[in-house]
This record gives sequence, structure tokens and C-alpha cells, in this order.
Amino acid sequence: MSVSPSVVAQVAGQAPLLEARSVSRTFQVSAGLFRAKRTLTAVESVSLTVQPGEVVALVGESGCGKTTLARMLLGLLAPSAGEMRIAGRPAHALARREIARLVQPVFQDPYSSLNPRKPVGAIITLPLRVQGDPKPETWRARVEDMMERVGLARRLYDNYPSQLSGGQRQRVAIARALINGPRMVICDEPTSALDVSVQSQILNLLQDLRRDLGLTYLLISHNLAVVEHMATRVAVMYLGRIVEEADTDTFYAAPKHPYSEALLASVLTPEPGLGVPDTHLGAAYPNPLEVPPGCRFHPRCAYVRDECRSVAPKPIAQRAGFVECHLYDPITLQGQSA
Amino acid sequence: MSERILTVEDLRVALPVPAGTLHAVQGVSFHVDRGETLCIVGESGCGKTLTALAVMDLLPQRALRTAARLELEGRDLARASERAMADIRGNRMAMIFQEPMTSLNPAYTIGNQLEEALLRHRRTSRHEARDRAVHLLERVGITAAASRLKQYPHQLSGGLRQRVMIAMALMCSPSLLLADEPTTALDVTIQAQILHLLAELQRELAMGLVLITHDLGIVARIATRVVVMYAGQVVETGPADAIFRAPAHPYTQGLLACIPVPGRTRRGDPLGTIPGMVPSLIGETRGCAFAGRCPHAIDVCRASAIPLEAGSGDQHLVRCVRHAEIGAAAGRRLAEATL
Repeated sequence: MSVSPSVVAQVAGQAPLLEARSVSRTFQVSAGLFRAKRTLTAVESVSLTVQPGEVVALVGESGCGKTTLARMLLGLLAPSAGEMRIAGRPAHALARREIARLVQPVFQDPYSSLNPRKPVGAIITLPLRVQGDPKPETWRARVEDMMERVGLARRLYDNYPSQLSGGQRQRVAIARALINGPRMVICDEPTSALDVSVQSQILNLLQDLRRDLGLTYLLISHNLAVVEHMATRVAVMYLGRIVEEADTDTFYAAPKHPYSEALLASVLTPEPGLGVPDTHLGAAYPNPLEVPPGCRFHPRCAYVRDECRSVAPKPIAQRAGFVECHLYDPITLQGQSA
Repeated sequence: MSERILTVEDLRVALPVPAGTLHAVQGVSFHVDRGETLCIVGESGCGKTLTALAVMDLLPQRALRTAARLELEGRDLARASERAMADIRGNRMAMIFQEPMTSLNPAYTIGNQLEEALLRHRRTSRHEARDRAVHLLERVGITAAASRLKQYPHQLSGGLRQRVMIAMALMCSPSLLLADEPTTALDVTIQAQILHLLAELQRELAMGLVLITHDLGIVARIATRVVVMYAGQVVETGPADAIFRAPAHPYTQGLLACIPVPGRTRRGDPLGTIPGMVPSLIGETRGCAFAGRCPHAIDVCRASAIPLEAGSGDQHLVRCVRHAEIGAAAGRRLAEATL
């Protein structure tokens, strides 16, 4: 069962928690000592809305811009164009600290995202300190409660990250993200550095916390089995654009974009005898400095046609989202049925 | 008839550490036949990588390796001199690693490194070595192969580098290829392509392939036979079909329950977990190493070492005293779940 995002918003009577309105982000990249700098467009005119209670997954290959988009959503990076809105207010009007109170990140590598010279207790307390929490006398108890909530023993309060396992470190990162009671957590590959048995514990924890604390997640992952398990809606990014968006059931039952199809075909489920799929994604991931003309996916697309090489497709509304592909142009569809 | 390429019997690797001796690999036995893919699966620290390095004789210097038998195509590797090993390595058996950038020399061109692999072992001209390099680069799916020879590793993407590593490993047509997490650092789409390529090459060249991974999805799709390792020991081994359709060891069952499978696990439902942590491998372990985390553990499990016993069907071995009852129950559950 999936609930459409607009229904969630009506029920909650709230504005979208996070809204990207045609945001772009470019970087200037050095091409060599005596050459002019070149412009890399990491995210190009992307719109994404996250309603309270949703788990929106952002999937795509490395270099597709998903982390850049996440950093903009966190207010860590200003868009070059377009507007970010957080809880109904423009992000540029909010102070960094206000954004941090609403949206918190959990990163992939718990080994590098925790200060190795601070004990666990201090790491989790820091956000309270930064936000100038008015009741310092309650900090210790609140931090210990939060540790317990994420499955960390209270006795680890004075331990250093180097004394913890990968799973425990990721729990510290989650406790730190939640200590100020944010409304939303952006999880960037939260389990890809972890062992299988630890991954399932962290995923279960994220599900429990979401239910108990009413959290909203933006989940960035390349593991499509994890996405299917966690997400209510999926957005597929390719070379800086969201090329398809749909609710999870629709997406997994019938992916529309040829790239989504290839991504789903690459999922290796533990079913013996099926063999390794041949994804037909011929060429390697393109250089974001040289975005192909027309549809940016056309050099790797199995269904490429003439217009794909010259005309960029526009988003086409679907029952449960949209797809950006000429195959779904109304004119094309008419031609097929005639 | 199948031809035995690699025989490993009672392989042990011990590492001296400040706190004592770490028994990283504790009596591992397996074999690889021509034309088959053996997957060694397990979580970090289970000894799967050290097992492969022990076969290649590439262990860290302080590590102590012993084995009752260690044979490649009938040649005794356990007692081979360093010189003899240097002639076998890269020639009769080759290995590829997770991060190709660390195994490629950044200061030499791709062509240079590929040619070197052949020139080291064969009396051949540089011209012939170059031709073979171009041929293999094309075979592993690299376009404009001839021009790639002049490129340096940093000029290639991760997927391309791994393809170069595979081509390099194949320069001398080895009979055994060891691949340690060859696709873990790559995107899913590239991962599928590289695995597809490895499976194809293995068939085409009738190699033995040992693939080391933590990903059960990869194992199910590519393995002929599977070795499941836990805390330095083989806890279950058998044909891929038996391992996935009737897993008999509680650890194998636990691992399979941990992973979300679209269509099988329900969204939002809790995934299976394996409580507790891997025991320390420093000093002696008594009884079953998994007993502390096992939902089925009884007193017998903790008393003495558990031997590998015949499981269900041919070549299926399980290191668990209760595997018969546990395996049967799990087989029933799996059958029901897929109905």
C-alpha cells in the first residue's frame, strides 16, 4: 500500500518539508595549468518535493549529482540557480543553525564522519551545545536516553570511536543526528560501508525511529534492494537530472525510463540459477563535463532514436510521478497505437 | 570429467599480535575444478581474503602459514621456494583485488604493465606482448584498445581499471583466477557488467575462478559451489543450489535473512538480524565459534570443536551438530516463502 504524497500533505495539513524548485549547481573545474576553467553542471534544474512522513530515495550511479543535491538540501551548498525551500520557507532566509534543527545528515562512512579525538558522549552532545540548548543540566541524561534509543549501551558514553565497531559508530552518527529532534534525516548511503548482518540492524533501527519519532527520510543509495525495502517514493538521477520519479510499488513493478530499467536489471537477488544479467548499458558513465546533446542518456540507451540525439526530453507526467524520455511523448505514443 | 586445479587442505594462517596469536584461518579445506566458480562468502574478518592471499603466497611477512596440502595443478605450493612461487604467480594463477587503483602502478602506462605480465613469464617479443594486450583489452570490452595502451591508470574510470586488471590477470592464460571483492567499489550497473564478463571468460578459457565476496546476491548468481566462512572456519559448503535452497548452518540462514529481497521481504517489516559480535580469534576458541550468537545453541555446541558433517545431498558439508533438524525446518520455510 502506498499513499500519494499529496494525500500525506493534506492529512498532515503541512507544507512540504523540503522542496527544490528548479535548482542547479555548477562548479568551476580546472582543466590544466594553462587552460581555461570549465564549468561542470553537477545538478541541472532539478525539482524535488519531500512531504512529511515520506521516505524518498534518490538513486543513481556515482557522479550523477545525488550527493551535490543532498548537500544543497542540507543547506551546506547554495544552489547556483533555483530555490530551495525548507518547511515552507526559502532556505537562504534561514540561518544554518535553523536548518540544522530541521534537517540532519547521516553519512556513509562512520569511520570518517566522527571526530576520533572526542568520546561518544561529547560527539552526541555537540549539537545541543551548538544550538545553545537552554538546559545543560539535562544534556547527559538526554544523550544517554538517545544512546539507549539507538541501541548503544550507556556505558559507551566515555568510549572513543576507535573502540567501537562499524555498526556502533553508525549508531553514534544516528544519535547525533537525532539529539535535537529534527523533522528530517538525509541518509547518504547509510549502510554501504557495513557488513550484511550489521546493515540489517541499522535498517531496522531507521525504520523503528521513523515510526516512533515521525521522521521523514531522504535516502541516497545505490543498493536498490535496500531502497525497495525502505522507500515510499523513488527518484532516479542521471547526469544531474531526475529522469524518473514514481512511488516505490509502481517503480519496481514497471520502471519507465530505460535507465531505470537497466538499474533494476542490475539488482542481484540471491536466487541461484538466474545468472548475471547483461544490462546492455554499453558505454561507461559519461563525463559530466561533456554532457551528451539531446537526451543525456542516449549514448547508453537500448531504445535510442533520432530525436533522442538532438532534442532534450521534457518531464512527462505519469500516474505516479513523471518520466523524462521521448518514448513517453504523447505524440510518440499516438504513433505507436495507430 | 572434471580436472582438479586447486586443492587446499587444512590451511591455517596465524598472525602474531601484541595480545597473543590471532588464528585468522583455522583449518580451511576446499578445491576448485577446471571450469567452475567457487565463491567464498563471509563478513569482514572471517578470513576469506587471507585464505586467498595464503594460496597466492602473498601473506604479510609476519603471518605463519601451514597446510596439509596446497596444490595447484599437482604442484606443491606449500613447499615451493619463493622463486618458484614468483614463476607460478601471475602465470598459472592470478589475482585481482577490490580497488584496482592500488594494484596498478600509477607511474607506468597500461600497455607497459600489461606487456610486463607476459614478458616476465614467457619468452616472447614486446611486439607479440603488445598484440596480446590489445587483444585482451578488446576482449574485456575496452574500446579503442590500442590507444588505451599509452594511458596511465589515473586516466581511466573505476570500471575501466577493473577491466584492465582482468586483462592483465589473463595475459598468461592462468588456469586459476582469484578475485577478491572485484566489484565492491563499483556502481551496480558496472558491477553486473564486470561479473558478466568474469563468468563469460571463465567459461571461455575453462579457468577455475575463486570469487571472494560478502554479497550473497553475487554468490547466488555466479557460483557453482559456495564456501561460507565464519571466524576463520568453513561453516558450510556445497553446491550453490543447496546453500540457497536448503541452508543448514544457522549462520548461513542468518545471513540470508538479513538481506532485503524485492518481492520476498515486505516493505517496512523488520529484517532478520544476527545478534552479538564475532568472537575474538586471539588464542584458542572452544566449541562452535558461532554458539554465542546462535538461536539454536545447546551445551554440546560449547563443549568441543564441531566437525564438518555431511548435509543434504552431494558435496554439502555443515559444521553444526543440529544441522539436520535446523536445515529441514529452514528448507520448509523457504519453500513456503517462494510459493
